[in-house]
Amino acid sequence: MSRPTRRRALRGAAALAVGGGALAALPRTTASAASAAAHEQDGPAPFDEVYLGRRIQGRSGGGHHHHGAGYTVLVDGVELHVMRNADGSWISVVSHYDPVPSPRAAARAAVEELRGAPLVPFN
Amino acid sequence: MTVRKNQSALTAEEKRRFVAALLELKRSGRYDTFVTTHNAFILGDTDTGERVGHRSPSFLPWHRRFLLEFERALQSVDATVALPYWDWSVDRTPRAALWAPDFLGGTGRSVDGRVMDGAFAASTGNWPISVRVDTRTYLRRSLGGGGRPLPTPAEVDSVLAMATYDMPPWNSGSDGFRNHLEGWRGVNLHNRVHVWVGGQMATGVSPNDPVFWLHHAYIDKLWADWRRRHPGSGYLPVAGTRDVVDLDERMKPWNDSTPAELLDHTRHYTFDTA
Repeated sequence: MSRPTRRRALRGAAALAVGGGALAALPRTTASAASAAAHEQDGPAPFDEVYLGRRIQGRSGGGHHHHGAGYTVLVDGVELHVMRNADGSWISVVSHYDPVPSPRAAARAAVEELRGAPLVPFN
Repeated sequence: MTVRKNQSALTAEEKRRFVAALLELKRSGRYDTFVTTHNAFILGDTDTGERVGHRSPSFLPWHRRFLLEFERALQSVDATVALPYWDWSVDRTPRAALWAPDFLGGTGRSVDGRVMDGAFAASTGNWPISVRVDTRTYLRRSLGGGGRPLPTPAEVDSVLAMATYDMPPWNSGSDGFRNHLEGWRGVNLHNRVHVWVGGQMATGVSPNDPVFWLHHAYIDKLWADWRRRHPGSGYLPVAGTRDVVDLDERMKPWNDSTPAELLDHTRHYTFDTA
């Protein structure tokens, strides 16, 4: 079995990311749109894309835990525990000591770290 | 009295006993309770809420207490064992004896990060990764894989020179010694070492890799070094701080000791250096 090199995988990911923009426009009801607008004043935008063959999604609110992040990230539908730092950077439980600028970057870092492995739901 | 030695100075017999005690804690199930506790605090400690084990002033006394608990567990298996420490500013390459097959084993293979040698390689059957955040059950590492080198002695020295223990807002945004040592700010010491090792060490379940204890034993030694260098500087904050462990407040999950009671490590162990 041959696996893509990291360089090749990342090049592919960049191409995917360009096409991923359309996926980010999710349908919303009027009420949730207003809620999202309110969140965007102090939180990052939602996203929904395929990165290195994994579906990653992020949205304001919800989350299994409410640790002040107020933001939920999913990898193939399983929640990835993320956290926002005081300086606005983000980390996740699979890349805990290496802050990145956004929850989308945290989701992408998680996908790279997972190398195809499914997340285990936390509780 | 327990003496914590530099891992590079251990005899073959000391390494053998340390590894055997780790494997016995793992076999009995006690090892994984430490991984579970650590991950619970990693998930629970936040910059804007209650914070005890990480990103807060009690990062250092909490880990001192956590390591004491672990060292006592090791000593219940073999009373001669003490936690060694890894001075990563000196033993800074994957060729260090720390990573030899007779001690912790080396880096992971490139295809999946799997550690292939040493007592903790999955193929031994003795080191299943049970407390995990993804489905992989084998120990992984990517020593130096992130590209950023381990901290240098000069970088360590620049952090030891900081005279104030910690500062408001007492979290990952703080200035002062604790947060620079932890690594959320500045040259980045502790956090960077987790990232350099990679694999489970870069995650919330980092104690799955036995090097966790050697890394934190050195962080703990740096706290002791800092105290000797700044005898007039104490633990902060002293009292009345919301969501933060003050000097005389008890720490979860043990609820039996305070930062004040943990400041003097010589009540529990000494180091091989003066």
